[in-house]
Amino acid sequence: MKIVMAIIKPFKLEEVRDALTTIGVHGLTVTEVKGYGRQKGHTEIYRGAEYAVSFLPKLKIEVAISSDLVSQVIDAISEAAKTGQIGDGKIFVSSIEQTVRIRTGERDQDAL
Amino acid sequence: MKLRSMLSLGLASLATTLTSVAVLAADAPAAPVPNKGDTTWMLISTVLVLLMTIPGLALFYGGLVRTKNMLSVLSQVFAIVALVAILWVVFGYSLAFTPSAIGDYVGGLDKLFLKGVTVDSVVATFSNGVVIPELVYVVFQMTFACITPALIVGAFAERIRFSAVLVFVTLWVTFIYFPIAHMVWYWAGPDAIADAAKALAAATDDAAKAAAQTKLDAVMADAGLAFQWGALDFAGGTVVHINAGIAGLVGAIMIGKRVGYGKELMAPHSLTMTMVGASLLWVGWFGFNAGSNLEAGGGAVLAMVNTFVATAAATLSWLFTEWMAKGKPTLLGMVSGAVAGLVAVTPASGFAGPMGAIVLGLLVSPVCYFFVSTVKNALKYDDSLDVFGVHCVGGIIGALATGILVNPALGGVGIADYAMKPGELSVADYDMATVMMGQLKAVALTLVWSGVGSAILYKITDMLVGLRVSPEAEREGLDITEHDERAYNY
Repeated sequence: MKIVMAIIKPFKLEEVRDALTTIGVHGLTVTEVKGYGRQKGHTEIYRGAEYAVSFLPKLKIEVAISSDLVSQVIDAISEAAKTGQIGDGKIFVSSIEQTVRIRTGERDQDAL
Repeated sequence: MKLRSMLSLGLASLATTLTSVAVLAADAPAAPVPNKGDTTWMLISTVLVLLMTIPGLALFYGGLVRTKNMLSVLSQVFAIVALVAILWVVFGYSLAFTPSAIGDYVGGLDKLFLKGVTVDSVVATFSNGVVIPELVYVVFQMTFACITPALIVGAFAERIRFSAVLVFVTLWVTFIYFPIAHMVWYWAGPDAIADAAKALAAATDDAAKAAAQTKLDAVMADAGLAFQWGALDFAGGTVVHINAGIAGLVGAIMIGKRVGYGKELMAPHSLTMTMVGASLLWVGWFGFNAGSNLEAGGGAVLAMVNTFVATAAATLSWLFTEWMAKGKPTLLGMVSGAVAGLVAVTPASGFAGPMGAIVLGLLVSPVCYFFVSTVKNALKYDDSLDVFGVHCVGGIIGALATGILVNPALGGVGIADYAMKPGELSVADYDMATVMMGQLKAVALTLVWSGVGSAILYKITDMLVGLRVSPEAEREGLDITEHDERAYNY
C-alpha cells in the first residue's frame, strides 16, 4: 500500500481528479498549501510597504492506493498537472503500514 | 345715536389696539425659530457622520490590519464612540461651546450635563436670523468628538492595550479636543455681532459710541483664539485631522514599532473591508462637510459638491501617482487618495469653489503619497495605518489651501463680515497675507497643543495602565490576548 502525495498548481485540480477517476482511483484528499521551489514569488505593494512574497499558493493531493497502481497514478497525475512552466510541482511516494475503513472496520487492501 | 357711538368706540379701540400692536412689533421682533428643513438636514448629517465612524472607519482600519488583530480595531473604534458620546454631553459640549474666563482657550462649565439646554433652545448658524435647535447642534458636534479620537488609534494599531485606549481617549478629548474645538470654532454668532454693530451705528454721541465700540469688541473677542485670528476651518481640517494626525504620530513614535516591522509580512488582511469602509467614509463625509453649514442652503450644497469633486480628483491623482511610481494602479492607493482628498477638502468645503476643490484634490495625493512612502520609510517610524501621512499632512495642505481658495477671484465665497452691514452677510476684502497668517497660526497652534499635550497624556496613560501589550501577546494577536475573541472563526 502506498500513499502518493503530489504538489500541483491549484487550477489543475479538476484535470488531475478526472485523470485519476479514469484509471479507477475514486478518493483523494486535498489541502491548500503554500510553497516555493524554483518558481519565483512576486512583489506586493501596500502604500509605502513593499513585500517580496516568495510563497505561492499550491494544492497538495494525497491518494492512498495499492502498490501495483503506483506507476499508473504517477503517470496520470504528471500528465494532467503538467504545463511545462516552472512551478508544476512534484510527486512523492511513501509506504503505508496499515489502512482501516472506519465505517466497516475493513483492513489494508480491503480498505483501499 | 347709540349705534354710532358704539361704532366710534369700537373703531377707536381698534385703532388703539392696532397702534399698540404696531408699537409692540417695532419694540420686540419675534425671536427666530428653527426651520424644519434646516433641522432635518442637521439630523441627517449627524446620522451620516456616525456612519463614518461605525462602521466606516472601523472597517477601513480593520481591513488594513492582520486577521489576528481585526477584532481589536473594531472594538477600539466602537468603544471610543460610546465613551466620547457620554463625555461630550456631560462636559465636552460645555467646554467646547460656552464662554469662560479663559475663553480664548477653552469654554466653561455653564452647560455641564447640558444644563439649560432644552428642546426649545436654539443656537446661531452662519446666517443672520437663522437658528437651529441647540440639541441638534449638540448631537451633530458629538459625532465629530467621537470620530476624532477614533482616527488616532490607527497609528498604533496591532500593539496598543485596550485599557490604554480608553484611558488615553478620555484624557485626550478633555485636554486636547475640547479646547481645540473651542479655539477654532467657538464664536458669539452673527446675530450677536449684528446687534452690537447696529448699536454702534445708532450711537449718537462720543460716549455712547465708545461704549458701543467696547461692546462690539467684547462680542468679537467672545470667541476662540484661532477664530479671533480669522482662521478658516469649515468642517474640521484642523480640529479633527491635523489634531488627530499629530497625536497619532506622537503615539506611534512613543509606543514604538510593531514586532517584526520592516522584516515580516504585514499586508492588509482584507482590502475588501477597507474599500467598504472607505466608501462609507466618502458617503458619510457629506454629512461631515455639508452638515457643517448648519443649515440646508447654498453653503451646504457647495460643501457637498466640493466634497464630491475634490475626493474624485484625489482618487485619480493617487492612482496615477502610484501607477507611475510603482508600476501598478492599486485599490489601496485609490481609497487612500479618496481619504486624503476628503481630509483636505474638509476645511475648504464651504469656502472654495468646485474648480478650486478639484485642484486641491489633485495636489494633496502626491504630497500624502510622498509622506506615507518616502518620508515614513526614511524616518523609520511605524505609523501603522498612516494617520499622520494622510490626516495630518492632508489637513495641513487643506488648511493652507483654504486660505488661498476662499478668494472670490478663484471661485471662493470670500471672507464673511457680519459687522459691515449689520443683519446681513457681507464679503470682506480678501487679503491673502492676513488670511494665510491666520491659517498658519491655527495649524501651528494645533500641532503644538496636540503634539506636546498628547505626549504628556501618553506618558500618564503608560504610568496608569501601560500602553503596549507584551511581545508575546503581540505575536499571538490582540483579538485573543485583549478580548478572548476572534474576528473570524473559520
